Amino acid sequence: MAEPLLNRPCGGRYGDLVQSIGSTPLVELKRLSPKPGVRIWAKLECRNPTGSIKDRVARALIEDAEAKGAIEPGMTILEPTSGNTGISLAMICRRKGYPVKVVMPESVTPERTELLRMYGADIVYSEGAKGSNGAVELALEMAEADSSVYMPYQYGNPANPRAHYEGTAPEILDELDDVAAFVAGLGTGGTLMGVGRRLKESLPDVKIVAAEPMQGEPVQGLRSLDDGFIPPIIDIGLLDRKIFVSNHDAVVWTRKLLDEEGLFAGVSSGAIARVAVRIADELDEGNVVFIVCDDGWRYLSSGIYTRPVDEVPNLDSTVWW
Amino acid sequence: MAIVRIPPVLRSSTDGEREVEAAGATIGEVLQSLVAAHPATSSQLFGADGALNRYVNVYLNDEDVRVLGGLDTKVGDGDQVVILPAMAGGS
Repeated sequence: MAEPLLNRPCGGRYGDLVQSIGSTPLVELKRLSPKPGVRIWAKLECRNPTGSIKDRVARALIEDAEAKGAIEPGMTILEPTSGNTGISLAMICRRKGYPVKVVMPESVTPERTELLRMYGADIVYSEGAKGSNGAVELALEMAEADSSVYMPYQYGNPANPRAHYEGTAPEILDELDDVAAFVAGLGTGGTLMGVGRRLKESLPDVKIVAAEPMQGEPVQGLRSLDDGFIPPIIDIGLLDRKIFVSNHDAVVWTRKLLDEEGLFAGVSSGAIARVAVRIADELDEGNVVFIVCDDGWRYLSSGIYTRPVDEVPNLDSTVWW
Repeated sequence: MAIVRIPPVLRSSTDGEREVEAAGATIGEVLQSLVAAHPATSSQLFGADGALNRYVNVYLNDEDVRVLGGLDTKVGDGDQVVILPAMAGGS
């Protein structure tokens, strides 16, 4: 008989990789805390199988489509993404026999392209100057023109926030009796809406805080403000604060996570950490939970982890998150 | 006076200016000062009902005024008011 593990919990036992999505660690980052009574916790979503929080969403989107009878093996899944959702969909769908085609801005880091190819996805690039708006616009046009594809559409599909309502949030509540503030990035809004709704049901005083990217001017290529986009799943009324973070500050804080805590995270996580520390500084006591969306591997070639931030090439023309 | 930062998409309406000084004690007043100086911004910033265009995000320093006090959000001397288009986030 084997000796009992000394380092329990071991992370669980699962029948396959997709089942192992979620149940991510919640880790205190003591060195980031500005005062003794305030504890900062990082939910390490980078520990999902493909390395990002989007594994939860992709699984929910595909299981939802299967439950509705909207897809069957062989049918192509089409989705606009800046990378992570596409990577998660590609991993899950290849196992299930659905070809995946993603529409992605050409201005993302090359690692995301490599990961998508690695999992067998087809990639259609949208105009970099239009950022993620361009990817959404092009994917919607493609889906309209081809009825043989299925687009889960993470920006408008309730299965996206539901993955967090039923998964991410209960995991946080399982570990902490009280949460003063929850901070996550605003992309589709899925994490903030799903976790926010669930946390507020149990903890009405919790503050739900969005950290959003202030995209660099080269990727703000709109012809008019009427070409803007608000993901349909977002209910801004659920947010208590909404704070933007520049690419520069996001990179500075990504480095801070690495240098002070040894946490090798992606750029959005740096931005979210910056907002989490600011909120923590405004509190006298309590738990602040923030999301580490992905790991740093997929940004490594950009030089952000080793170069001075002012020497990072294409800082403002890259879609970081 | 507040400093209003103008996004690229609006600069054709501000004679190319990236930053404009504008007076006002609230976000609404600051934006109306901007419109008075650059009338072409009016139809981009506001709908026919006078409310903020839904695809326009306005920030007091770095916080979205829609989750603060909206157009009634107080503005202090030297504050930055940042106008940004509502864009899809990465995901």
